[in-house]
Amino acid sequence: MTRNLTFSIFRYNPMDRTSTPHMDTFVVPETSSMTLFIALTRIREEQDPSLQFDFCCRAGICGACGMLVNGRPNLACKTKTKELPDVVTLLPLPIFRLVGDLSVDTGTWFREMYSRVGSWIHTDREFDPLAEEERMDNALANEIYELERCIECGCCIAGCATARMRRDFLGAAGLNRVARFMLDPRDQRTEKDFFEIIGDDEGIFGCMGLLGCEDVCPKGLPLQDQLGFLRRRMGLAAIRSFLPGGK
Amino acid sequence: MQTFVTDVLCIGAGLAGERVAIAAAEAGFDATCLSIVPARRSHSAAAQGGMQAALGNCSMGEGDSPDVHFVDTVKGSDWGCDQEVARLFCDNAPIAMRQMAHWGVPWNRVVPGKRHYYKGGERFEKEEKAEKAGLITARAFGGTAKWRTCYTSDGTGHTVLYTMDNRAAQLGVTVHDKVEVVSIIHDAGQCLGAVARCLRTGELRVYLAKATLVASGGFGRIYRESTNAVINDGGAHAAVLDTGVVPLGNMEAVQFHPTGIVPTYILVTEGCRGDGGTLLDVNGERFMHLYEPEKAELASRDVVSRWMMHHIREGKGVKSPYGEHLWLDIRHLGERHIRVKLREVDEICHNFLGIDPVESLIPVKPVQHYSMGGIRTNKDGKAYGLEGLFAAGEAACWDMHGFNRLGGNSLAETVVAGMLVGAKLVEYLRGREAVWNTAAVRDAVLRVEDRIERLRTGTDGGENVYAVRDAMQDALQDGVHIFRNADGLGRAVDSLREIHARAKRLGLRSNGVGANPELAMALKLPGMVRLALCVAHGALMRTESRGSHAREDHPERNDRDWLNRTLATWPGESDELPTLTYEPATRVMEMPPGDRGYGNGTIIPMDAGENNS
Repeated sequence: MTRNLTFSIFRYNPMDRTSTPHMDTFVVPETSSMTLFIALTRIREEQDPSLQFDFCCRAGICGACGMLVNGRPNLACKTKTKELPDVVTLLPLPIFRLVGDLSVDTGTWFREMYSRVGSWIHTDREFDPLAEEERMDNALANEIYELERCIECGCCIAGCATARMRRDFLGAAGLNRVARFMLDPRDQRTEKDFFEIIGDDEGIFGCMGLLGCEDVCPKGLPLQDQLGFLRRRMGLAAIRSFLPGGK
Repeated sequence: MQTFVTDVLCIGAGLAGERVAIAAAEAGFDATCLSIVPARRSHSAAAQGGMQAALGNCSMGEGDSPDVHFVDTVKGSDWGCDQEVARLFCDNAPIAMRQMAHWGVPWNRVVPGKRHYYKGGERFEKEEKAEKAGLITARAFGGTAKWRTCYTSDGTGHTVLYTMDNRAAQLGVTVHDKVEVVSIIHDAGQCLGAVARCLRTGELRVYLAKATLVASGGFGRIYRESTNAVINDGGAHAAVLDTGVVPLGNMEAVQFHPTGIVPTYILVTEGCRGDGGTLLDVNGERFMHLYEPEKAELASRDVVSRWMMHHIREGKGVKSPYGEHLWLDIRHLGERHIRVKLREVDEICHNFLGIDPVESLIPVKPVQHYSMGGIRTNKDGKAYGLEGLFAAGEAACWDMHGFNRLGGNSLAETVVAGMLVGAKLVEYLRGREAVWNTAAVRDAVLRVEDRIERLRTGTDGGENVYAVRDAMQDALQDGVHIFRNADGLGRAVDSLREIHARAKRLGLRSNGVGANPELAMALKLPGMVRLALCVAHGALMRTESRGSHAREDHPERNDRDWLNRTLATWPGESDELPTLTYEPATRVMEMPPGDRGYGNGTIIPMDAGENNS
């Protein structure tokens, strides 16, 4: 049980002119039930107080602590050290802008994604505070919830080859978001409207099908199924628009 | 230095902050939310259970109404709440839930037909009516007369927060994430905005607003062991307290939860015990039945927590590198039950402990969970003491929770209070023109710049930031926990006064450049210690037991002397203790104090004579 863990951690503070990108090594004695949250917090508080990383809920719910753990995108809070070798390499998620060390700016990326896909219910109905709520089938509510479970940790984007090559790719998280609204009867957007958002190489046709997104999703979301679903729906919508009377 | 001007500045972009921002944006005002993390990572996302609202759609909720909800809430508060506020909350909760449905929350819905459910290990049957099919359904929660808690599977906070943030994006609410407030700018009794630090670059910024709302959540991280997210450290509370004129209400009212897992203190649900799980000590023996022969593990949250700590004090705790704990045993429930009915617990054990609860005991102990206290507001959400300052959600002591909050009422509060306070804030904005005294703004910025410079250069001393924080957390953990008495509280207050002096002599070990995390902690730590002193000193002075505030030396609830709310201010920078005053718990008494119907403490009645104690 008394292993010494060696952490090799990417270091760079863009706001410090004397800082250059490099790897730093820290040694931490392992304790029972240790997670990367515990190990990194100890390093910061006992060895190097300038070390930057992001944790928030530390319970696998908020998605703040995505990072490359021995090369693979994952949530640091739910990574147990006992499942790791003696030497652990930690790098920030690629694609997102670096804030410093292991901390990246996922907020800006996702905010831009919401505005591109119109991430809200598009409806012309007004809310009536005196009326009974609109009814919904419980099975459908559950289906929507399944797609709404994305925590925007960014692992799927970091694990995506297309996202690596083109910055404008919506990625699995963005496409999953569109699928969520397509499923929701409260959203009055038509298939044509959705096609405008995702019917190109920045959207559904950009995916190379390498399955990186689904492999690394810490919530186990069916990201490739959703992409397939969107491609079929969008393909049919495109064909219909070429037919006489199609729109 | 960047300066941002907006109509309303929301400090916090969780459910309460965004709901208020949405109200302002709908009325045509500019709204800017500041958040330490991207808005959707706010701690609101972590709430799994649900939101209480008396919709009465499901069969076990039949006959429910805001009146029944009101009775549950006031009883739950141990009559410590503001009853006008509890009434406003209960009446408006159903509207708020329906509005969230309209905006996109996939609430679970009523499915007609017969179904089984379990209560106290026994199996019962219920039947959902066909005419209610598709309406928002509800689940059972502790302390409620009806099934009233609206939910989306085990991710209610997540779905409601995502829907709220979607609505905010749609209306053009500005969210500046990775920005942390350092101080509140105020002048001549008027709140002008805040000085904040960008957590991407480390640069200071000024935000000027006609109205400022604090909706920054709880401050559980002043305790060493808390279920709260690491961002819930009370930084914004500290900034408000440091104005010297705004009081914090009932800071001694701190809720503890019996089953936080050791070492990360993530919650495992009360359902474990509800379904028949037991608590074991270092010898593998049950103990709850020794203290509570009737209810054993199923006594109320505060009662179970108290006996667990007592048992650890008796030397029956399990030693670990993370301190002493007890065991939760659900092995006898069987693999099928655990994997299906307690799926979330199963996952937490695997993901965070690396153990299988079918075969292993779960290490648990009672940990800080919720802050009933906070920035004292009136029923409109206006903070006392400063014009133009508002608060909502867990950050506020709006005060529908009094001394004990019911499960499902806090998540609902964020949305309901956000809706109601948002409307009042819009009224306020309509009657306001902005006037900013630039000298006051400059002074506020200079003070923060000076503090940063002194921390970087070690001008005031070389106290280690994390060592001082640990000392503060230990003082609260040891002396202001579940069991309280004059000795322990007195010692805690004394040591916190010393720690406060140390917190004024901090010096950084790193260079403090850029988004430096040590500097972030150093800037808020003295204020956090002041919050800790408000909790400890308030608890020492309150010589009764009410809700979560349990005094071993004053076990009775004393309505004669203590049917009131503590208000703590910090008027002078050189003060060593908060100034405490008191106000009646409620101006309007719709429901006079009585027995809660659970717990078995004695009560000194309101009208007891002076010599009647």
